[in-house]
Amino acid sequence: MIVFIARKVGGALVTFAVAITLAFLLSRMSGDPTANILGPFATPDQFESLRERLGLNDPLPVQFLDYLKSAFTADFGESLQYGQSNTQLILERLPNTIVLIVLAMAIAIGIGVPLGVVAATKEGSAWDRLASTVALLGQSMPVFWLGLMLILVFAVNLGLLPAGQDGSLKHVILPAVTLSMYPLAQIARLTRATMAEVLREPYIDAARARGLRSRRIIGVHALRNASMPVVTITALQAGLLLSGAVAVEYVFNYSGFGLLAIQAVEFRDYTLVQAVVAFGVLAFILLNLAVDLLYAVIDPRIRRA
Amino acid sequence: MSTPTAATEPVVDRLATEPGDGLATTTGAGVAAGSRAVLWLALPLAITAALCFLAPLLPLPDPNEQNLRNTLQPPVFAGGDWSHPLGTDKLGRDMLARLLHGGQLTFIIGVAGALVAVVPGALIGLAAGFARGKVDAVVSQLISAQLALPFVLIALPIIIARGQSIWVLLLVLGLTGWAPVARVVRAEAMSVRERQFILGLRAVGASGARIMFRHVLPNLAAVLVVLGTLQVGTAILIESALSFLGMGVVEPDMSWGSILASGQDILKQGWWVSTIPGIAITAVVLLVNLLGDALLVRYDPRKRQY
Repeated sequence: MIVFIARKVGGALVTFAVAITLAFLLSRMSGDPTANILGPFATPDQFESLRERLGLNDPLPVQFLDYLKSAFTADFGESLQYGQSNTQLILERLPNTIVLIVLAMAIAIGIGVPLGVVAATKEGSAWDRLASTVALLGQSMPVFWLGLMLILVFAVNLGLLPAGQDGSLKHVILPAVTLSMYPLAQIARLTRATMAEVLREPYIDAARARGLRSRRIIGVHALRNASMPVVTITALQAGLLLSGAVAVEYVFNYSGFGLLAIQAVEFRDYTLVQAVVAFGVLAFILLNLAVDLLYAVIDPRIRRA
Repeated sequence: MSTPTAATEPVVDRLATEPGDGLATTTGAGVAAGSRAVLWLALPLAITAALCFLAPLLPLPDPNEQNLRNTLQPPVFAGGDWSHPLGTDKLGRDMLARLLHGGQLTFIIGVAGALVAVVPGALIGLAAGFARGKVDAVVSQLISAQLALPFVLIALPIIIARGQSIWVLLLVLGLTGWAPVARVVRAEAMSVRERQFILGLRAVGASGARIMFRHVLPNLAAVLVVLGTLQVGTAILIESALSFLGMGVVEPDMSWGSILASGQDILKQGWWVSTIPGIAITAVVLLVNLLGDALLVRYDPRKRQY
């Protein structure tokens, strides 16, 4: 088990290093940011001092080492826009985003799993068709547009819920529903597919033959065996929601990690963008690692593999 | 990481988890049913695209012609009149004309965005799956690292350095799209490589490159068609999201995403400005996704049960 954990953690570190390197190369390959930050009326002196401040005058390998160091020590210097520590800015905003993502995942699982189970047990029925339609629509819709439509109906027309900002639970409902749509669709689709497969297994017939009630068969025997892929997709979706949250937080003016990212781009806050990217990657990789370890806990066979 | 890392499309996942042997042979009746579904899904897409590209020939007002005395006229079905069937926006521009003209860029970015993802993704995946060994190890690591960088995070540093343009958008689409494609193609190439006829080709002395491009690649055609189709939908969604955030298509260029974005601050006064392009995007992406599913079934009857 310790060897297993060590190997997984090592793998995650390598992936993090490679992803961070990719992010560094992308930002350097895309050219000199100073022109875009300072605009057309800046003097050569201003360019020079900004380049110096951002460390762009150093040779590329030195820049890379600096970047790696800041990524692994979580120290990304000061934001150009706020004059505060970037790490601190991100940590201040992160809790709001975590609340949003957790609530969205709860909605996605709470509706997606039952929808998929019903669809699988009643294959070809109206429920099945409803579930597939919801799933397909959820995956074909621009998420932020759904957010706008919810604002239109619930905030502008009905006046039931606030359209933006953060604070109380009421403010999180619409953004969380919006953000839950895509993972909900995927969880429903996957639950349906794996459940339908499990229900064809011989041990399900055996359980029926022994006279177990079908609610028990579906709820206990089938669902547990169908849950592994659903656990994976749930965790991976939670990682992807970090980027989904960018658009949703922007629509609802919800002050989290995503809105910070957008503001960083709007103000051409180069150092903050780099910090945001590194944190996003780190969060995604940590979730992946958590899934791998969770797997080993659920299924002992994996530990030996 | 050993878990199957995130894919944006469930069908892509299905392809990835069940490496098949490329072009499967199908029975006559199955092909006919599959082809019919493909046709009925491709037809409305083709008509929509044709309408958008023929828009300059249609009797429509100029999409950029402003009329500040005629702003925010509602569409016909909400009490407007037929001079502007889908109403006007906050600058009094005709929404129908804007929708059709904007569709051009949406379709172009959808198709070009799919190409810039599928072509490099297929080549990289093919090389990794065929060569195995060290090349494969490096590519696999790159794929999982790339999949850990969601598109917004890739877009941010590029856009901050380059500003926004259609070329930057295509760059982002290529950089985010290649990895899921490479993952699927790699798995498929690995299984094709193990088949008998490849052994035969080696025995008669065919070179590695020749086997790879002349014999393995054609066997992956069906998979590539399905992946390419689904990628069009993904590209359209990413375009709309980036344009909405002000990082994609910006005025005076227009796409469905940028028209949608222009209505976000006038939801109360002119709900149709955001609603209509959103419906157009959803409908087209839905058709593209259904078409991808239908093509998958058409080419591989084993997947027909879903």
